[in-house]
Amino acid sequence: MRDPVKSNLTIRVCMGTGGIAAGGVEVMAVFADRLAGRGIRADIRKHCSIHKVGCRGLCAKDVLVDVILNGDKTTYQFIKPDMVERIIEEHVVGGNPVLEWAVGEDYHQFHDKQVKVVLSDCGNINPEEIDSYISVGGYNALERVIKKMTPAETIALIKKSGLRGRGGAGFPTGVKWEICRSVEASRKYIICNADEGDPGAFMDRSVIEGNPHAVIEGMTVGASAIGADKGYVYIRAEYPLAVERLKNALKQARERSFLGKNILGSGFSFDIRIKLGAGAFVCGEETALIASIEGLRGMPRAKPPFPVHKGLWGQPTVINNVETLANIPYIIRNGAEWYASYGTEKSKGTKVFALTGKIRNSGLIEVPMGIPLREIIYDIGGGIENNRKIKAVQTGGPSGGCIPAELLDITVDFESLARVGSIVGSGGMVVLDETDCMVNIAKFFLQFTQSESCGKCVPCRIGTKRLLEILERVTEGKGRLGDIELLESLANDIKATSLCGLGQTAPNPVLSTIKYFRDEFEAHITKKKCPAGVCRDLLSFVVLKDFCKGCGACKRVCPAGAVTGERKQVHVIDPEVCVKCGACYDACKFKAIGKG
Amino acid sequence: MAGLATVFGSGAMTNSIPEIENNDALLVIGSNTTETHPIVALRMKKAFRKGAQIIVADPRKIDLVRFSALWLRHKPGTDVALLNGVMHVLLKEKLIDRDFISERTEGFEAFRKSIDSFTPEAAQRITGVPKKDIIKAAHIYGKAERPAVFYTMGITQHTHGTQNVFAIANLALMTGNLGRESTGVNPLRGQNNVQGSTDMGCIPNQFPGYQRVDMPSIREKFESAWGVRLPDRPGLTATEMADAAHEGDLKALYIMGENPVISDPDTNHTRKALQHLDFLVVQDIFMTETAELADVVLPASCFAEKEGTFTNTERRLQRVRRAVAAPGQAREDSEIIMELSTRMGFDMKYRFMEEILREIGRLWPAVAGITYERLGMRGLQWPCPTHDHPGTPYLFKGGFPRGKASFTPVEYEPSRELPDNEYPFVLTTGRQLFQYHTGSMTRKVAELNAVAPTAYVEINARDAASLRVADGDMLTVSSRRGSISLQALISERPADGVVFIPFHYREAAANVLTNPARDPICNIPELKVCAVRIEKAGAG
Amino acid sequence: MIHLTINGLPVSVPEGTTILDAARSADIPIPTLCHHPKLTPYGGCRLCIVEVKGINRPVTSCTTPVAADMEVATTTPAIEGMRKTILELILSDHPNDCMVCEKAGDCALQELAYFYGVRENRFDGERRCYAGKDRNPFIDRDMEKCILCGKCVRVCEEVQGVGAIDIAYRGFNAKICPPFEKDLSCEFCGQCVSVCPTGALTGKAWTQRGRQKDIKEVDTICPYCGCGCGITLHVRRNEIVRVSSREETINEGWLCPKGRFGYTFVNSPERLHVPLIKEKGVFREAGWDEAMSLIVSKLGKIKKKYGPDAIGGLASARCTNEENYLFQKFMRAVIGTNNIDHCARL
Repeated sequence: MRDPVKSNLTIRVCMGTGGIAAGGVEVMAVFADRLAGRGIRADIRKHCSIHKVGCRGLCAKDVLVDVILNGDKTTYQFIKPDMVERIIEEHVVGGNPVLEWAVGEDYHQFHDKQVKVVLSDCGNINPEEIDSYISVGGYNALERVIKKMTPAETIALIKKSGLRGRGGAGFPTGVKWEICRSVEASRKYIICNADEGDPGAFMDRSVIEGNPHAVIEGMTVGASAIGADKGYVYIRAEYPLAVERLKNALKQARERSFLGKNILGSGFSFDIRIKLGAGAFVCGEETALIASIEGLRGMPRAKPPFPVHKGLWGQPTVINNVETLANIPYIIRNGAEWYASYGTEKSKGTKVFALTGKIRNSGLIEVPMGIPLREIIYDIGGGIENNRKIKAVQTGGPSGGCIPAELLDITVDFESLARVGSIVGSGGMVVLDETDCMVNIAKFFLQFTQSESCGKCVPCRIGTKRLLEILERVTEGKGRLGDIELLESLANDIKATSLCGLGQTAPNPVLSTIKYFRDEFEAHITKKKCPAGVCRDLLSFVVLKDFCKGCGACKRVCPAGAVTGERKQVHVIDPEVCVKCGACYDACKFKAIGKG
Repeated sequence: MAGLATVFGSGAMTNSIPEIENNDALLVIGSNTTETHPIVALRMKKAFRKGAQIIVADPRKIDLVRFSALWLRHKPGTDVALLNGVMHVLLKEKLIDRDFISERTEGFEAFRKSIDSFTPEAAQRITGVPKKDIIKAAHIYGKAERPAVFYTMGITQHTHGTQNVFAIANLALMTGNLGRESTGVNPLRGQNNVQGSTDMGCIPNQFPGYQRVDMPSIREKFESAWGVRLPDRPGLTATEMADAAHEGDLKALYIMGENPVISDPDTNHTRKALQHLDFLVVQDIFMTETAELADVVLPASCFAEKEGTFTNTERRLQRVRRAVAAPGQAREDSEIIMELSTRMGFDMKYRFMEEILREIGRLWPAVAGITYERLGMRGLQWPCPTHDHPGTPYLFKGGFPRGKASFTPVEYEPSRELPDNEYPFVLTTGRQLFQYHTGSMTRKVAELNAVAPTAYVEINARDAASLRVADGDMLTVSSRRGSISLQALISERPADGVVFIPFHYREAAANVLTNPARDPICNIPELKVCAVRIEKAGAG
Repeated sequence: MIHLTINGLPVSVPEGTTILDAARSADIPIPTLCHHPKLTPYGGCRLCIVEVKGINRPVTSCTTPVAADMEVATTTPAIEGMRKTILELILSDHPNDCMVCEKAGDCALQELAYFYGVRENRFDGERRCYAGKDRNPFIDRDMEKCILCGKCVRVCEEVQGVGAIDIAYRGFNAKICPPFEKDLSCEFCGQCVSVCPTGALTGKAWTQRGRQKDIKEVDTICPYCGCGCGITLHVRRNEIVRVSSREETINEGWLCPKGRFGYTFVNSPERLHVPLIKEKGVFREAGWDEAMSLIVSKLGKIKKKYGPDAIGGLASARCTNEENYLFQKFMRAVIGTNNIDHCARL
């Protein structure tokens, strides 16, 4: 196998889903083509290697390309195919990096405050080559566990590391394994939950795309600890690249005896099957996920019995999420103490977040638990776009809540986020600024959970629908006095009475926005105004006389013919005709359209 | 029934319906249970969900196959060979109950010799069932703790029907699978009170309670109770009566609520026999095909218009209660018979229905403990000899009524009429879910007829293709006795060379075709196997 | 045995019993719409929630097994408040047409709305609205009245083993239907109808034949096959308008399509209602006296001329024991022959 360290030229092109979407395939093809072309003439072809690598987080700057020449690495951002020629010409051939295209200070800052465990090899190794993973210590952990450790020792080590489930609930992983191990049964299962369904979340996808073997190794370690001989990866069919890389990795792992019968000659047998989900959010709930694997409609059932006692086909089953399992090999390799040295007393280790919204450096980040939220936003994230004022950070996806700007100094860990009414969840982190309407945000999440409810229990099926309808009427200016109280009362009843986690957490976005932004709700209901200027039905557009030059731009773009006015005269918008599309506002060069 | 009675001394389901869910193995042979006994089938499905292994032995791929651990598709009429093959394996592998055989049975040695030749290979040759499946069936039944056999007319309606029943009895006896809860032999009765009519002595050789008319002590008991001299010679069975009518020996027939023109084999023969009578009385609720031939038709009451009891397939007496008044001048059957008797000089009077049950109880101790009040919502299962007896959910707990039960060596005998060049298909007949018996009730129900409106012949796709027949084509099906026209239903249920016709439809009555050849012991006609020819209607 | 208290009352039940069953064994009522004792616990309606000391959220009593020393409260103000919210939610998406509903007076939802006094409803909004009717001949499926309790789905799968219906779609649009929303095509046993708590599933033949309050219920036995199912005839003005079955019958309340829907032959206009005598090949109506006299004289003559064995009788597997007994007694004691049989063999 080619070893990147020994080549004197390595080109690495980011080929996560984000990188591919930004044109990574084309960029890499051009590199290959041009290098081959020049290689014949310049005689450097045999020293080149081009790797596909997985996600490195900073998706906002894709396509990212590393050029490592004689050990010196330069990282380029926003690379398009037509830029390749100049990089080859000036950097590879000429020896002078194209500095104006190289990443800047914020790229380094983005990485400096992060601590990478799960993502440590993502972006560096080739996810399609098992040797690439092995070269960084991959599968050492498995070999140690099945050859030198007892299941009890493995479980003790994981318990000691303090690892808690990264899927949302934060249940201690070692404890889960221990319970499952203690249940007597003829057969046990381990399931990797890769049904990442939160809108905007792509942590699990990136891990599988960037380092599928870590997940396989983690699962196999888990299987040996609990005594399972069969595992499933339940993954959404909408993740084709992840599925493809996982399939490929499973095949390679079997070939090397890391999976299958009699693994590494230890007598332990275990294999993994992929089960594609159809993209139902509720199938992330473990009992619904089990039902789906069993071929039934993905609907949750009441717990207890918990899956560790009665899971897949009625047998004891451990369900861990992708990130949790990908942590396992690193914990075994580096020790429980090493892992526990990151994080807080109760929340150990690191957590991957998908940082999105009105933030400069949006992308995938991995931070130690307990890091202040402010550092994530300003140091890693580079602050708010357009220097606007931050309003809130929404964490935990549709099950989470909004943390207002005044609480930006809290630390990010299971306990403190829960204290302010939000959750870590699977790791969604959406930054909101002054142009975001909080009622609208709550409505957005409710639209999602309502349409993803499985329909089994009344509070979730009808209750979230009614919550959504009340939010809709509030944003349409039809809010009634008492609607806030009605929202709160219904939201609390839904939380208390719903069958599964989906319904129990679905009202969180509503409750937390009311808690911190009650005045915005009140403005919608009593003043019929949207302070952020988002809710269209509550907007009015007027021409500001003092600024209007009479250029007619607004009149030309208005689709409804609501603008009248002679050339060089102040124009007027007829509110009866105006459809509040905002085209005039965008078209005016003189900021002469007032919105409010 | 005669078969089981011969072996055990009593011929009824040995167990009860609620026990089925606790069977751990079920052999369902010659019973399309989900359609003919849907509620019994629910208990079988419940047993399946509780982990029971179901063996279905049926030439057709009936719905119960979905719930089976093993499906044996034997050729129609080869039940004896199949069962003997299974028993051969049980014997060879010593999956038998030695203690039970020696303590509670007789005739084992002769029986043992009789199945020597029925190796799985030999059984495969006759039945068409792979020998590995025959062995597997033996293992499932032989190793089960609580196995039971269930059968219906698929076993009995053969010229060797009694032999089939003997074979089933042998199977249960050699494995000691009798006399325990959820363990036994269970003929499922096809009509709601067919058990009751037999119990009540509506059979030519026995008084109520299976007491033989030719035994003087018994006859004396009935004579003293009824106050008249009684005939001592067994009478004629229904099919023998038809023959006697045909021959002119039987002059008059009184039919209460039956429709033999449709239900009996060889309809044309039956019709001619009835037309040959001097006098035919039919007492019924509809103008049936049989009533049309009558000299006098008496309007009777249906189940919803009368008080009394029915006895279901598991010997359970349950209360029937009047809900509505009978139409017009229609009367209850009991009232009609009482008046007729009285007019003929026998003073037959009862003040209320239960008085009749009390009289029965005095003559047949097995129901002496049953009163209307005790029947409640779930009835009582005979034997129930005293007023504090809880009834008997399963039979033969301590032993058999006749002492030791006897093994009966059974030889395989082919069906009387097998397919040949002229009549190349095997016809088997039966019921379907949405119709009942001769259709006299169900065909008056619009909803049922909306889903099951017309007669059809079930044929598989291969045979249909060879005849160039499409689904829904009109076909003429003929046997040596007659022919009928009906639609083709292409289905995966029948095997190659086998077709099925439900017998409910008067306009295409399956019994026009069937063979009246009868079992020599209990006179059941061979409705399950005859040879037919199939042509497209109008094609000649 | 597990010992616990429910509303302060000590209760002892076997291990594995649910809180709901434990409460019912102590005659403490807990409302529910999706529970059926013969079906897998579902936990969908959420009405059976109770408080258990030490657990910080309400638990559904139908799915939660009892534990030693558990302290259960079934009717705290908080619990009752949540139940009322749930009822309001269900009713906010339920047609208010009790006035014309077949199920009125026999409807579990109506009953709960009554006891919880849900007249005002805090919630309004969209209601499911379905065009098109299921054209099967037996079962009216009014899915606007469906509360998604899932009993029909479970009974079809778990009891009947057919699986003709399941839940399709998600969220508010969730709907129970046959595959691809085609017309129902199944065994039509009507088990689903028997467990439906609302008017969503009713017999098509029931329509406008009378509601529960006018109906007399008569327990009897099904006239069809040999299973001997206990059935209950619902009678109004001398007409059977519906058939149901009680859970305590040997058939556990389950029936087949004939038993449940095959009753209208009783009221058929084709029923024989007067004795008929055939003359010259044609039937004419006659009085009982005339018909009886004719039979007596004919049978008497034949017996005299040819002996009693020239006469035969066929009894009926559809008549009662008492009738069959009388009939064989008539043949043996009055006619004097053993030529008596029935169709047991067919």
